[in-house]
Amino acid sequence: MSMKTRVLVAKPGLDSHDRGAKVVARALRDAGMEVIYTGLRQTPEQIVEAALQEDVDVLALSILSGAHMTLLPRVMELVRENNLEDVLVLAGGIIPEEDVPALKRAGIADVFGPGTSTEDIVKYINEHARREK
Amino acid sequence: MFNRRKIDEIARRERAWEEETVSAWLRRTPERSDSFRTTSGVEMKRLYTPGDVANLDYLSDLGFPGDHPFTRGLHATMYRGRLWTMRQFSGYGTAEETNRRFKYLLGEGETGLSVAFDFPTILGLDSDHPLSLGEVGVCGVAVSSIEDMDILFRDIPLDRVSTSMTINGPAAVLLAMYIALGDGQGASREALRGTTQNDMLKEFMAQKLCIWPPAPSVKLVTDIIEYCTGNLPSWNPVSISGYHIREAGSTALQELAFTLADGIAYVESALERGMKVDEFAPRLSFFFAAHNNLLEEVAKFRAARRIWARLMRDRFGAESKRSMWMRMHVQTSGCALTAHQPYNNLMRVTVQALAATLGGAQSLHTNSFDEALALPSEEAVRYALRTQQIIAHESGVAETIDPLGGSYCVEALTDEMEEGVMAYFDRIESMGGVIPAIERGFFQREIADSAYRHQREVERRERIVVGVNEHVAEERTIPRLLRVSPGVEETQRVRLMRLKGGRDGRRVEGALDAIRRCVERDENLMHPIIEAVKATATLGEICGVLTEMYGEYRELIVF
Repeated sequence: MSMKTRVLVAKPGLDSHDRGAKVVARALRDAGMEVIYTGLRQTPEQIVEAALQEDVDVLALSILSGAHMTLLPRVMELVRENNLEDVLVLAGGIIPEEDVPALKRAGIADVFGPGTSTEDIVKYINEHARREK
Repeated sequence: MFNRRKIDEIARRERAWEEETVSAWLRRTPERSDSFRTTSGVEMKRLYTPGDVANLDYLSDLGFPGDHPFTRGLHATMYRGRLWTMRQFSGYGTAEETNRRFKYLLGEGETGLSVAFDFPTILGLDSDHPLSLGEVGVCGVAVSSIEDMDILFRDIPLDRVSTSMTINGPAAVLLAMYIALGDGQGASREALRGTTQNDMLKEFMAQKLCIWPPAPSVKLVTDIIEYCTGNLPSWNPVSISGYHIREAGSTALQELAFTLADGIAYVESALERGMKVDEFAPRLSFFFAAHNNLLEEVAKFRAARRIWARLMRDRFGAESKRSMWMRMHVQTSGCALTAHQPYNNLMRVTVQALAATLGGAQSLHTNSFDEALALPSEEAVRYALRTQQIIAHESGVAETIDPLGGSYCVEALTDEMEEGVMAYFDRIESMGGVIPAIERGFFQREIADSAYRHQREVERRERIVVGVNEHVAEERTIPRLLRVSPGVEETQRVRLMRLKGGRDGRRVEGALDAIRRCVERDENLMHPIIEAVKATATLGEICGVLTEMYGEYRELIVF
């Protein structure tokens, strides 16, 4: 039985550039997913707690403050501690390409930079997110 | 501007031209699109003629530069007299590093400083706060106490530069530090020149760096306006900003309408406090974005001046010409820059900077081509500044005033921009003004809708972005990016620890308590905040007291 994919769009870091996060959230909703958006300035603890509570399939992290190398590995640590390894974790925002390999090693499935089409993100989620619960 | 008989004849001839010449041409070569629209959704006509500006009254709608309604420019000679201020926003890392960048920029011919603070500072948090982890000195310079501020401006005489500070919630604290620093240097308060952004309303609408709820936020904005009016005559207490509204996704029209609505709200707040319009209005300044659609942008800048001048004179009864002036700082667009083929951004910035200068801006920041990837490198910043210098000295646009004035197209677009703004004013007023409209999420939804529409248009290729959805070539030239040295956080932590260990704790407590009492009495907070920074109370301590008194703002989530 197919259920709607549940996505948590979250903004770690102190920056308030939520244009991208909101556009992606809306595009995923229009593509038939169930989307929860955390709002700004969430700590890694708050984000993982929300992912747990909301029982999501996908965690989409948007960060443009430059603190991604501190905050995203911390999110992944908490993801593992809470046994959420089957949640697909994606990142977007201003993340220099040279940082991507380290983020992938930390467990981020993929990083979507500026200029990414929302259709590509929808397609990626449809191909990679878990379906059955 | 033309006589009726001529207009009629032109209209008749235009119809004939459409029916004969154009139709025949279209049969052979159709146009690239059924319709062409500006970002604001205004249909661009194939051709503009005197018929499109038939109702324009030269003297009352355009006038002369330096005269009401200032459509053609603020000053009598505009850039023939003095070029715009080339002001590059900068700041990263420790105060020492930014101080070095400031001196470098001054040496390269820049004429004003502009400080970017890091996110903790912007949110009123000290560098050693747990939420500051990973953010210290990353997107701007970290300033937690007067000690950092002192290092930031070391060897820079404050009575000889003009300094713009992009700070909103904690603006009173950073301005207090600057004043205290000036006092320490022996600079007279009359000689302190610069700007605090201090525009909280656009934070609730778009930029979302909010600490306290709307009402106390506007009170603080007004405190600074009042304090500067009496004490810092050369300071611009507020820079009413459309830039962030636009970057968050609005159209050019929404940017202008919402910014002017904020301006009206601040004027009303200052009047309610008993200030006279001609006392404070001359120092209100504005900040807009410049995007790629050159003609629409020029129309926006021209309409902005005209609407503000009319509002100030006709609605608020201003008598001084300076109260009717809209002085504007312009920055080229960050969100129009692409991470794909980043060198293309050099050309985008050129077009945008041209729009700002054709629009009569008083100062300009040009973005660096690598900003969709990281903070700008020194090389990229130099090209950005050179872009302005080439426009200023080589393009010829600075040699006559308002060169696009009288263009049938630009005048028609300017009129349409004004009409659109008036329609938004009616909607905002019917909701009870700016704050009630913020509380209902009106602006937030308008902006989110426009951002989403833009994204869909790009994805459907209804809007072409070169290098992103057209002329896409894999380009592997990654420019050298700036990395902030990782030691900043540690340096800041140690400095704060030393500061807190070595100061007179009782004096700090007393100063913070004076702020509490001032909030209770609802008096102007600038005075006790100046005393507190002099007592080396930190930014976080002062903002902490205000949060304790005013409560924290909870964001309304709209997407």
